[in-house]
Amino acid sequence: MSTEAVLQAPSATHHEAHGDHHHEHHHHETFITKYVFSQDHKMIAKQFLITGMVWAVLGGLMSVLFRLQLGYPDAHFSWLQDILGKFWVEDGRITPQAYYALVTTHGTVLVFFVLTAGLSGTFANFLIPLQVGARDMASPFMNMLSYWFFFIASLVMLSSMFVETGPFSGGWTAYPPLSALGTASPGSKTGMDLWLVAMALFVVSSLLGGLNYIATVLNMRTKGMSMTRMPLTIWALFFTAVLGVLSFPVLFSGFILLIFDRNFGTSFYLSDIYINGVGALPNEGGSAILYQHLFWFLGHPEVYIILLPAMGMVSEILSTNARKPIFGYIAMIGSMFAIAILAFLVWAHHMFVTGLNPFLGSIFVLLTLLIAVPSAIKVFNWLTTLWRGNIRFTPAMLFAIGFVSLFISGGLTGIWLGNSALDIHLHDTYFVIAHFHIVMGVASMFGMFAGIYHWYPKMYGRYLNNTLGYIHFWITMIGAYLIFWPMHYEGLAGMPRRYYDYSIWESFKQFAELNRFISTVAMIVFMTQLLFLFNFFYSIFKGRKVTTLNPWNSNTLEWTTPIRPGHGNWVGEIPEVHRWAYDYGKDGREFIPQTEAVGADESHH
Amino acid sequence: MMTAAASNQRNRIHPHKFTLWVAMASICMMFAGLTSAYIVKKNQSNWLEFDLPVVFYYSTIVILISSLTMHLAVKAIKARERSRYKNFMLFTAALGVVFGYLQWTGFANLKNHGIQLLGNGSNPAASFLVVIIGLHVLHVLGGIIALLITTIRAFRTGTKVYTSTPVEIVATYWHFVDLLWIYLFIFLNWIK
Ligand code: HEM
Ligand SMILES: [Cu+2]
Repeated sequence: MSTEAVLQAPSATHHEAHGDHHHEHHHHETFITKYVFSQDHKMIAKQFLITGMVWAVLGGLMSVLFRLQLGYPDAHFSWLQDILGKFWVEDGRITPQAYYALVTTHGTVLVFFVLTAGLSGTFANFLIPLQVGARDMASPFMNMLSYWFFFIASLVMLSSMFVETGPFSGGWTAYPPLSALGTASPGSKTGMDLWLVAMALFVVSSLLGGLNYIATVLNMRTKGMSMTRMPLTIWALFFTAVLGVLSFPVLFSGFILLIFDRNFGTSFYLSDIYINGVGALPNEGGSAILYQHLFWFLGHPEVYIILLPAMGMVSEILSTNARKPIFGYIAMIGSMFAIAILAFLVWAHHMFVTGLNPFLGSIFVLLTLLIAVPSAIKVFNWLTTLWRGNIRFTPAMLFAIGFVSLFISGGLTGIWLGNSALDIHLHDTYFVIAHFHIVMGVASMFGMFAGIYHWYPKMYGRYLNNTLGYIHFWITMIGAYLIFWPMHYEGLAGMPRRYYDYSIWESFKQFAELNRFISTVAMIVFMTQLLFLFNFFYSIFKGRKVTTLNPWNSNTLEWTTPIRPGHGNWVGEIPEVHRWAYDYGKDGREFIPQTEAVGADESHH
Repeated sequence: MMTAAASNQRNRIHPHKFTLWVAMASICMMFAGLTSAYIVKKNQSNWLEFDLPVVFYYSTIVILISSLTMHLAVKAIKARERSRYKNFMLFTAALGVVFGYLQWTGFANLKNHGIQLLGNGSNPAASFLVVIIGLHVLHVLGGIIALLITTIRAFRTGTKVYTSTPVEIVATYWHFVDLLWIYLFIFLNWIK
């Protein structure tokens, strides 16, 4: 069935006549095809977003629970036991087993389900066709499959929370032997099986999505949309997809070997080690380090898979709301390219203390520190774009500026960690936690929030409430620094990550107060996110209606579609593009959309 | 599908073909991951040395021939010779099945020579073969299914279909798994 037929259907003329109330007239759409098994990229984007938000709440709640343990190690919360049951809480305290399960699932879910699927899935789906001028993805069907694989992966991961021995509890990186040996810990049993199944499904989902994003960007651009006229969002999402398509398969092969070790008695990762409660293993000759290589070959590109979409959206939002062209457009693309290449060449910086050959280590130090160059270029360009801009402080803009701040703070600590000599001290301490939460976790969350606030009018035809948006921004911004900044000091003092109770260690007792403070702020920040959720869902139905096509006076193509675009996006012909996306404040005009032909006496940028 | 896209969209290469190329890059990365792991492991202690059974030579010949018949099938559909096209497609699929069977006997052969592939006491050198060759066979299996589906599709409708794009896509993939096997074969035999 040709989608064209659907798109060109008579309902098209209705759109023109009735402005924004429309859908009733779509002949081919039932509730199921429109909201559930939809092949419209915009609906799939919303499905990714809302599933991602569900996971963000669950993952956030998990962090609140384990912060409760860290902040109040002696307290007894008997009411928690009534809610959660005996596996999770015993005698009013989070059990050690539950603590590790929570930390592990929090990491897995936030990294993969929220900041990969929730972020790329949402914005690649939503923005690529709209901003390159296509009616849908190269393969809308594969796109739909991508979501449903993610959905099933979500169900499997969720179900692992409810098995008797608990979810996997060996850390989001799933290092063997804890991940390879069912008898190693309760969480290594069924919980780990489900974790692996969920992650395998997740990999399939992101491959299907990534293939589609790449094919769409390269093949489906509208007339005049040359690669160097694409908005930076599209460039970023494109590089993200390339990274995913090339690195997830390697993770997959790592998982396959893991599955064989778990279920077929092979010795890829397991050797004749002695395990407490199990005894000596019959395996011979396996190497746990091998898994780390395979994992981090994905793992490091993965952190950029999480970061690049945020970078792209921030570039777009900064430029739009500073009413200035993005500074160094080509340099931005070049540095993203450099980041994408380098992302594949630095994985061993996560393995400096595994007995890695020091000479090899020094090469990885060099390559790692090289990433600082394109990163610095990007920061410079963002700041220069802001410089003397005519800034509109919308909530999206605030989150975008917040992103830049966080990226600087977290990038600087990366340079510390990138030195193998320093890393010997800092590895596996709270310094690393602080580093990656600021630079990846919070920063990409900010990019996501910026994207939501900015494109919400396009998604739902209504605005989010601004006042709630400002409250959301300031508490989250200040809170994030208050939570993660002190962790640098704890890490420098040698406080290891992933311990259940620090109060029994003479050297870390001094941090009891600080830990309580961090936990308290974490809870406040979590509550604030609920405010955002309320804003989000309330505004879908009750938000102020969008009445103009182009509320932000932006140049990009998505703002030339109807206020609530149907499947196919544009009612008539897809518009032609004549210029790049960043003609702001040019020749005395505030903005010039990409669809406007270049005037005869127009100056060059 | 969207592929016949509106007039103002330029299509240099058929999007599905393009998607296949990206997917093949992705599959390459998976095998690159496995073969790198193989090299890392091989350079560590406790690696069992043994020769691959001869039957893998036969399977190599079979899959090479199947690429040839695949090629002939594409030529046939382009020349609009439908029955020749059908025969070559089915023949290719059959050769694929033979290939899979030969790989299987390869493992049986190893077992008969006392090389334990999986389970307690198995050596990664042998287990790697199961994983790598097994995964490759799965990809061939996928190709066989795709072959059968395209053949059935071309004959299901009353009207005669002569578009070669779906066949070309399957053919590209088929040659790819062929090449992939050649790479693996050389790798497993001669990379020390
Ligand atoms: C100047 C740039 C950066 C450098 C030099 C750098 C360096 C490092 C190093 C050496 C580690 C390993 C620390 C250890 O485990 O001992 C690390 C950890 C980490 N980095 Fe970065 N980093 C940089 C930027 C980033 C960015 C941009 C992201 C994400 C968007 C990121 C995400 C992470 C994550 C997730 C971890 C920890 C993973 C774990 O062990 O659980 N880093 N970084
Ligand atoms: Cu890294």
